[in-house]
Amino acid sequence: MSGYTEKMRDIAGRLLKECAVDMVIGFRKGTMPMMNEPCFVTKPEDVQSLVWDSNCGINLANYLANRKEKIAIFAKGCDSRNIVTHITENKIERDQLHIVGVPCTGMIDKRKITGMVAGEILEVSETENTIKVKTSDAETLLDKKDVLQQNCALCIHRNPVIHDEMVADPVQEQTDIDRYAEIHKIEEMETEDKWRFFDDLLSPCIRCYACRNACPLCYCPTCFVDESKPQWVGKGQDPIDVRTFHLLRAYHCAGRCTDCGACERACPVGINMRLLTRKLEKDCQEQFGWEAGLSPDQRPALDVYKANDPEAFIK
Amino acid sequence: MAGKAASPSVNSFKAVKVNAMTLVTIDKKSWAAGLTTAADAYGLFGPVKEKDYHQFKALEKGEMPDLNMVNTRLSPKSLLFPQSEEMLEYSLDESREDHHIMKEVARDDSPRAIIGIRPCDAKATLLVKLNFDTPDVKDPYWLNAYEATTFIGMACDTPLSTCFCTTAGCGPYHEEGLDMLVMDQGEAYLAKILTEKGKAFADAAGWKAPSEDAAAFDAGKKAAEGRIVSSVKTDNLADTDLLELHAAPFWDDVAFACLNCGTCTFSCPTCWCFDIQDEVHGKAGVRMKNWDSCMFPIFTVHTTGHNPRDTKTQRVRQRFMHKLKYFVDKYDAGIMCVGCGRCVRQCPVNIDIRRVCELMNSFKPEDTCAVQG
Repeated sequence: MSGYTEKMRDIAGRLLKECAVDMVIGFRKGTMPMMNEPCFVTKPEDVQSLVWDSNCGINLANYLANRKEKIAIFAKGCDSRNIVTHITENKIERDQLHIVGVPCTGMIDKRKITGMVAGEILEVSETENTIKVKTSDAETLLDKKDVLQQNCALCIHRNPVIHDEMVADPVQEQTDIDRYAEIHKIEEMETEDKWRFFDDLLSPCIRCYACRNACPLCYCPTCFVDESKPQWVGKGQDPIDVRTFHLLRAYHCAGRCTDCGACERACPVGINMRLLTRKLEKDCQEQFGWEAGLSPDQRPALDVYKANDPEAFIK
Repeated sequence: MAGKAASPSVNSFKAVKVNAMTLVTIDKKSWAAGLTTAADAYGLFGPVKEKDYHQFKALEKGEMPDLNMVNTRLSPKSLLFPQSEEMLEYSLDESREDHHIMKEVARDDSPRAIIGIRPCDAKATLLVKLNFDTPDVKDPYWLNAYEATTFIGMACDTPLSTCFCTTAGCGPYHEEGLDMLVMDQGEAYLAKILTEKGKAFADAAGWKAPSEDAAAFDAGKKAAEGRIVSSVKTDNLADTDLLELHAAPFWDDVAFACLNCGTCTFSCPTCWCFDIQDEVHGKAGVRMKNWDSCMFPIFTVHTTGHNPRDTKTQRVRQRFMHKLKYFVDKYDAGIMCVGCGRCVRQCPVNIDIRRVCELMNSFKPEDTCAVQG
């Protein structure tokens, strides 16, 4: 993805100068290693702030819902699939968007890298295939493929599925990926073990809702956990309420989740809630042959009825 | 070491007083033994690593706090102000004589000590106290816990690049809010006893070996402060007009990336907002106090459904204005931030309070378009 930054600035500058869009949504350089900040640019002279590297894991489709402007947005594979979902679900009009496709070779996992080196990370730089991590007393060179966010390592849609122009030629898609190895393991657990597993998985949750809020799918005007008339879920740290939040949130994402990984990336306490959404993704694929967000012309799996829909789960 | 102490220090009066009364040296064996002994009289809390991160937890018998951590993921504010705390309980069972009567939930306010709290988090406790202990209103839950607690601080010799305590009214050897400040000298700990509570804890732990090495603290402090590489400027905040700052043109840009999650407020040692909720299961009810966050839309929703802070920009502005302007104006006690850097490190979209503080502190009202306001 080297060289993307310059091309993006050119594209953004051109679109703003031509008044083809009102704003461009992208990333600017963060104040910390391995962090960039989603931002918008409205003036051609400000496009120099735009950057792209392996730290752009937040899903920019999240910033589109209900906007009224004409917007140019940089979209990697997962972002583009969520843009498709937004269009299908009437959260934004296709005509409002100028989608600049970003062929993606994956985002790096900040937590994983932090765990691999001793001491505080002061600087991280990258080439096409390597990540160089500098601490106060050492430099470590890592293979990018070893430190990808897990959802990126498992990604089979690295290229945007919808775009008006591309930042670069498409990258090679990954094949022979087993997306569900962990899910199979959980499915095979005894009920008791499964219960303990999820209990442990969710135990660090502080209910900050970063997972929900980082998710482009979670655009309800009032989330069910925030409803007060009636109040569906307790507000405290009772594990029942914590579980209710996570399980219901996951179900709301069924057939819609693109496994962009924004939820896991945003979590301040390192919960892999993607285990829940991936199970539902797997079910949707097995039962309905459905993958979310591939085309605005397809209606979502849970939006249509077919006479031969599987019903073995009805007991 | 002893030679150093004999030389005159910068503040010789204070140094003599400290030397004579309040410095003890604790070899590392006595540290563990002392904590084990003190545990008979105090509930002990300290940083322990759970899964990927350090958190403050009640220490099991014989469990030692992990003092090698830089700081915990969440602040220790939850030890006085739990994320979810039951205050009152009641029964709706009308066959009971006491039905519908609110009763205090049984509490444990027996003496406890927080071992290894960082000076930034201890100072933060005093800022939180401004809210829970006012001349008019006193929060008995927080105050009872506070009174019961002895704060044993661990000086911070390895601050992170995101720590900016020295320009946030604090520092790696800051003493405000602590009963004892401990520094690591390699073979042994050196402890400065700062209050009667601190002395009582040292006595309970059997830490009595006097030291005269006050200079070690001064040297440690100087060295640690030199390792703080990050800073904020706050000198103009008090004098900048509140409404002009409120109307500043940068808020939409600051707020754009914000997800309105509660990571910053929940990890912050000085954020004190809470919500009161009744929860009823069957006929048994409790009234509880839960952390709340100004980032959440529901934080300000009226019963009519109207929300005076309905947009993301309004909520983000509220957080920064509270910390860096309203608090400054109201209490004249600096900013409502101790520079621990947690929100900087943990914000999922990298909204950085240091950057926002710079925007606010350097803001000149005339920068605003003349037609505004």
